[in-house]
Amino acid sequence: MSYGAIDALRSVTLTARPGAITAILGANGAGKTTLLRTISGLVKPRAGSIRFSGEELLGRAVEDIARHGVAHVPEGRGVIAELTVEENLRLATLWCMGHRERQGAIEATFELFPRLSRFRRRHASTLSGGERQMLVIGRALISRPKLLLLDEPSLGLAPLVTAQLMALLRDHTQGTDMTVVLVEQNARSALSVSQRAVVLNLGEVVVSDEAATIAADSGLRHHYLGF
Amino acid sequence: MGLFVNITLDGIANGMIFAALALALVLIFRATRIVNFAQGALGMMTTFIASSLLDRGVGYWWAFLAVLAVGFVMGAMVERLLIRPLQGKSELNPVIVTIGLLVVLEGLAGTIYGNSSRGFPAAYSQSGLTVGHTKIAFSHFDVFILVSVLVLMTATLVLFRATSLGLRMRASAFAGEISRLLGVRVGLLLTLGWALAGVAGSLAGLLVAPTSSFGPYYMDLVLVYAFTAAVIGGLESPVGALIGGLITGLSISYVGGYLGSGLQPLGALVLLMVALMARPEGIFARPPARRV
Repeated sequence: MSYGAIDALRSVTLTARPGAITAILGANGAGKTTLLRTISGLVKPRAGSIRFSGEELLGRAVEDIARHGVAHVPEGRGVIAELTVEENLRLATLWCMGHRERQGAIEATFELFPRLSRFRRRHASTLSGGERQMLVIGRALISRPKLLLLDEPSLGLAPLVTAQLMALLRDHTQGTDMTVVLVEQNARSALSVSQRAVVLNLGEVVVSDEAATIAADSGLRHHYLGF
Repeated sequence: MGLFVNITLDGIANGMIFAALALALVLIFRATRIVNFAQGALGMMTTFIASSLLDRGVGYWWAFLAVLAVGFVMGAMVERLLIRPLQGKSELNPVIVTIGLLVVLEGLAGTIYGNSSRGFPAAYSQSGLTVGHTKIAFSHFDVFILVSVLVLMTATLVLFRATSLGLRMRASAFAGEISRLLGVRVGLLLTLGWALAGVAGSLAGLLVAPTSSFGPYYMDLVLVYAFTAAVIGGLESPVGALIGGLITGLSISYVGGYLGSGLQPLGALVLLMVALMARPEGIFARPPARRV
């Protein structure tokens, strides 16, 4: 895939497995965010192909890709600050659920994140960083996506909060047919919850393997992941 | 005392009309950050269409409803044909296009209908009501203005606050990209916002016409007042548009009643200046969102 004058991503080929978390790792500028934004249709590459459950996603509108079961949680916690917590959740259910099912799904999300239920009628702008992250992940899960794209969920969060979120994510993925693609700067925490990992460097895939194998390769870790 | 009451009543009736047009400006600005300078001219155009329908013997209420529908379609067409193609570049470009549209529409109306002003009928009697034994400067038509704008405002608030469509519209206005990621058809909802603004603008045109010299330019000054109202209200809130409309209507009514009607536009300018200096973000602006 290539964009404009500079190729942000070149011949990136990766496959992610349902029921597992695939981590995309790499330094700043490796093309991780661009990769996710390409999958969800926010940026249009000059050439390439993105196939998801046998269908070509490239060239489709962002909202159509979302309605295909792709939930993208962008970097920087995309809560809609002007809406209440509950409205943020409800918005994500409008295209895929009837009225009755919707209320149940919202309650289920509050059970998953009990902290949020106390703020359900408050504007999302009043939430802390960790609460916002819970809200956007809850909002992404509520539509029961087939593909969940998470961009730097740990950014700016306390390590304990990050660990809790990661554990919740792992529990929520196992045994389902949801495919999770997790972009992380924080490679150590990402590798601890992922089954597979892909290391990107300057827009190209360096290695794609089982997460445990990558975590055990100290040369690779030193060179590309910084730990 | 009698003079004060009458001036106040007149201010309320005018203020409600400004509120309707201010609502149109707000609906578009909150979603697209565009000030639609052609909003008044669109209302002028639809009112000319109403005038033609009435000339052909169509009943008032049929013409009234037809023209609100025409306003809806025209609002949507302006967004799709003129504004959408300019998306993604400078926000100033579409604003300048709306000024161009204003000039084109006024020229068009002048060519088709002539530049001289003509009469336009009111839905109800325009002679003042009698309270006790005194006649007040508030007519049946003023009551109609009050009720129809309140219905418009209430419908807008119910739409935004209590329906899924309104939730989608608010989300699209506040956070287009995130809304699209959640499966919301943002483009369609922006068009709908312009269409609803077209309805509000058409209503304002129909309500102003009977009490002014109805011609191609009769909405120009009304747009200035409505803009003042919208800015006072914060440019983002329908309730703000209503309050801003009433403040503007009353202020210029007092200026006109006590100082002379020629000073009214100046009064609006002073009001706008004072409002911007005292509360630059408007009375009803939403608190600045904390983006993290």
